[in-house]
This record gives sequence, C-alpha cells and structure tokens, in this order.
Amino acid sequence: MNTMTLLTTSKYRWGEAILRQLFFLCALISVLTTVIVIGILAVETSSFFQQVSITDFLFGTEWRPMLEPKAYGILPLLGGTMLIVVGSSIVALPVGLACAVYLSEYASDRARNIIKPVLEVLAGIPTVVYGYFAISFVTPGLRFVFDDVQIFNAASAAIVVGIMVLPMVASLCDDALRSVPLSLREGAYSVGATSYEVTARVVVPAALSGIFAAFVLAVSRAIGETMAVTLAAGATPNLTLNPLESIQTMTAYIVQVSLGDTPSGGLAYKTLFAVASVLFTITLVMNLLANKVMRKYQEVYE
Amino acid sequence: MKTSPSSNGESLGHRSASLRRRHLIAALFKALCIGFTLFAVSVLGLLIAQVGADGLPWLDTQFLNNFPSRFPEKAGIKSALYGTLWVVSLTALIALPMGVLAAIYLEDYAPASRLTRVIEINIANLAGVPSIVYGILGLAIFVRFFGLERSVLAGAMTMSLLILPVIIISSKEAIRAVPSSIRLAAYAVGATQWQVVRSHVLPAAIPGILTGVILALSRAIGETAPLIMIGALTYVAFTPEGPMDEFTALPIQIFNWASRPQAEFHELAAAGIIVLLVVLLTMNALAVFIRYKGTQK
Repeated sequence: MNTMTLLTTSKYRWGEAILRQLFFLCALISVLTTVIVIGILAVETSSFFQQVSITDFLFGTEWRPMLEPKAYGILPLLGGTMLIVVGSSIVALPVGLACAVYLSEYASDRARNIIKPVLEVLAGIPTVVYGYFAISFVTPGLRFVFDDVQIFNAASAAIVVGIMVLPMVASLCDDALRSVPLSLREGAYSVGATSYEVTARVVVPAALSGIFAAFVLAVSRAIGETMAVTLAAGATPNLTLNPLESIQTMTAYIVQVSLGDTPSGGLAYKTLFAVASVLFTITLVMNLLANKVMRKYQEVYE
Repeated sequence: MKTSPSSNGESLGHRSASLRRRHLIAALFKALCIGFTLFAVSVLGLLIAQVGADGLPWLDTQFLNNFPSRFPEKAGIKSALYGTLWVVSLTALIALPMGVLAAIYLEDYAPASRLTRVIEINIANLAGVPSIVYGILGLAIFVRFFGLERSVLAGAMTMSLLILPVIIISSKEAIRAVPSSIRLAAYAVGATQWQVVRSHVLPAAIPGILTGVILALSRAIGETAPLIMIGALTYVAFTPEGPMDEFTALPIQIFNWASRPQAEFHELAAAGIIVLLVVLLTMNALAVFIRYKGTQK
C-alpha cells in the first residue's frame, strides 16, 4: 500500500513537470517573438546599410526609393509621422485628460456606466473605419472651412488618429486619477479648496506619472497607426510643416511598398525593413519608458 | 500641496470677490470637462450616422452573397466574410490555448526570477508594438520562410502573435482575481499544482478569460495592416476551402473600396463597415454579458 502511493505520487510528479515545461514554453513564445522581430529587422537593415550610408538615411531630406534619381533620406517620412503625432496629440491629450477628470472626479455612477462603455466601443472600432471617417467626413469638413486643403492631407488623418487614441488616454488617465487616495482629496477640500483646485493642484499632480505614461503610450500608438494614415494622409513623402498638404508617414510607406509588386531582395524592398526598424525602435523606447513609469507609480500607492 | 498665499490684509469684500472667482473657475472647469466628454461621446454618434447614411442603401442580401466586382452594383463581401471567419477561427484555435497556458504559467507556476520578469516586461511591450511590425514578421517568417504563401494559415498565425500579449495580459488578470484562499484550501487537502489550477483556479477564472479572449479576437477581426503586409489584398472571388487557400478579409475589402476614388465604392466601403461593426458589437455585447454573468456568482 505504502509503495503503491509512492509510485502513483511519482507518476503524478512526472505529469506535473511536463505540464510545467509546456506552460513555460507558451510564455517563452512572447520572448521568441521579440527576438525574431529584432533579428529580422537587424539583418535586413544592415544589408540595406551596405548600399546606402547611415548618414544619408538618417539625415537625408529626400525620400525617392522608386524613382530616379533615387534618394533614401528618411526625414520626410519621419516629418510626416511627427505631423500626425503633434496633430493627434492636440486632439487626444487634452480631451482625453478632461474625460478622465470628469469620469474620476465629477461623474455619478450612472454617467460613468454610460460613458465608459461608449469609450470602450470607440476604442474597439477598427482603424480602417476611422480612415473611412477621415476621407468621408473630416476631409470634406476641412475643405469646407479652409481654402487650400489637398484631397489627402495630414490634418484630417491627425484628427481621426487623435479620436482613435482618445479612449486609451481617457481610460489610462482615469486609472491614474482613481489610484490617488481619497484622503488627499478630503484633506484639500477640508482646507477650503474648490473642486478645480483639488483636481488641478492635488489629484493631477499626484497622478502625474500615470498621466505621463498614458500620454507616452498615446503618442506611441499614433506613431504606429497605419490604416487611417494610409487612407487619409496620402502617399507623398513631403518634408513640410503645413498640415493641409499631403504627406506620407513611415507606416503608410510600408503599406505602399507591400501593396506594389516590389521584387523581394532588391534595394527598394529592403527600405521596408529599414523604415520598420526606425518605427520599431521609436515605439519600443516609448513603450519601455511608459511601462517603467507606470510600474513606478503603481508602487507608490499600492 | 502648496498653500496659496493668504489674503490676510485684504478687505472682506475683496476676499469674497476672490472666492466668487475661484468658484467660477471651478464651475467653468467642470463645464469644460463635461463638454470634452460629450464631444468624445458624440463622435461615436457622428461616425455611426455617417457610415449609416452612406452604407445602409447598399446593404442587402445581394451585397452579402456576391463576390467583389469592378461594378459597384454587383459587388459584395461574400469572400471577405468567409475569409474573416476562417482567419478568426484559426486564430482562436492557436492563440487561445497558448495565451491561457502562458498566463497560467506566469501567475501560478513562475518563480520570482529574472527570466520571469523579462517575460513579463516583454509581454507588456509586445502589446504596444505597432500591428504593421507584426505584418512584417508574418511576411518574413510565415509567408517566406515557412512557405505558407498568402494562405489563411499565414494570416491566422500572424494574427495569433498579434493578439497573444492581449490574451495573456487579460487572462493573467482573471487568474489573479481568484482568491488565494481557494488555492490554499485545495493544496491543504493534498491536491497537486495542476489539480489546483485545473479544478479550482481555471473554473473560477473562465468568465474573465473568455471576456479578454473575445475582446482580443474582435481586435483581430478589425486589424488590416498585418494582413495587407502578408499580401492578402488581392482580388479573391472564391471562399476559402482550407487553411492553405488564399483569402481576403472584411477590413481589407473595406480598405480596398475606400481607397478608390469613385463615390459608389466609398458607399460600398460604408456598407462593409456596417457589417464589420455589427460583428464587433455583437462580440462586445457577448463579452459584457459573460463578464456580467461572471460577477453575479
């Protein structure tokens, strides 16, 4: 009897160990994904740099990989992306923060239960739908108000990208504001502060790191946004500060290359990976920063 | 908090004026917050109204049953609908078990080691990688290296990698929400780790896990860029019969129509968007329902 129990126990342990390894492998796939992404981008980009110098790529102001004379300066694509980032931030950051302040400081439970799901639905709408909204509603609207708006323009894309990241900003800022202990608010109210003063001078400063992380993640999302930008902002690598002109972002260029019949292995094909490397590096650094800040602020109040 | 300079020397009338000003600012600020929130909410209404006005006249059984066409009045989304169904089903088959098992490992098995921390940080960052980068990964690995071409399988595997971090993160939260007293009670009567997980942790966590999985899958349904990268933007006038067939998907068909200059095709895109949104809202409602059922216990 005693040996029997021992035997079945050791049998069980075998199964347990195998399952444990299986679960571990599943968790490891995520690390593997990162390693493969970085590997592919590194290999293809370094072979791109054997034909184009790094300084030409990083500081060149002309991007003409398909037409003669060819030029491989990424600044126009980077500038296009930055135009989208700035425009969408102007929409998403103040409105998103204001939504969060309303939700966490003012809204009744009933209002919260209506607005939160609406924001969730907004967040779940596919980006291609926002692209359609840009070309069918925002661009005609802009052309109605301003005179010299091109059919494809940065402003229209930036506005919808801002609307797109707004729910994320609102939800993350809401979390950050609500993690501020009630006692801080009560302390401020008890010395006679108004609701505005409590929010602006106590709650928001206390939640600042979380709000900062939300903003960084929003900008990172805007940088990586693809479909709305491809549909609405155009395909003209154009180093400009005028949001009413047609531009091209890094992501839109990647889509353009993959839509065309670019022969794989050629230099034009490798530009895809070089641009993707820049995109990946920027977003990775921003995400690392945001996640680090968020972990830090979670430690403060938990 | 810095205290504002006191106004001891001022007269009573002055002080009440400043108090009025402070209350006015507070009221204006509240109005501003409400206004911005209403703006965000009304955007959703505006978007739905625009899509509905453009697309509803085109939405009929012919639209659902026809293949794409050069002629807008004959064009439909049958192949896109079937393609999306294929890709999402396969994605669920691949990503669901892997994501849940990874979450189980991280919550119940993983030692507090450096490697575990690397995995956790890595998953958080993967969730923020632009979807188009996953498209490049899919193109290089599944389409080229494994030679899967523009198949449903290549699309599903790319999508699986894309939503895996989302599934892991939400499953982890659901598993973490299971009270440790349940685990301890099971261990106390001699259950092994797997028995604890299988019979006690998972059943309690399943509503939360399902909610997260459904939301992740609805993200996969709407993703366009990765599928364009692996080459799914082609004229497909048949429904896929197996995982190795070529395919198109709803968001791709919408993108295709929306990027054409003719107004008729834009309206077709709007009709396609209505179908897509109906699918997504149904899934969202299902997720909310499961979450509601789960919290009732």
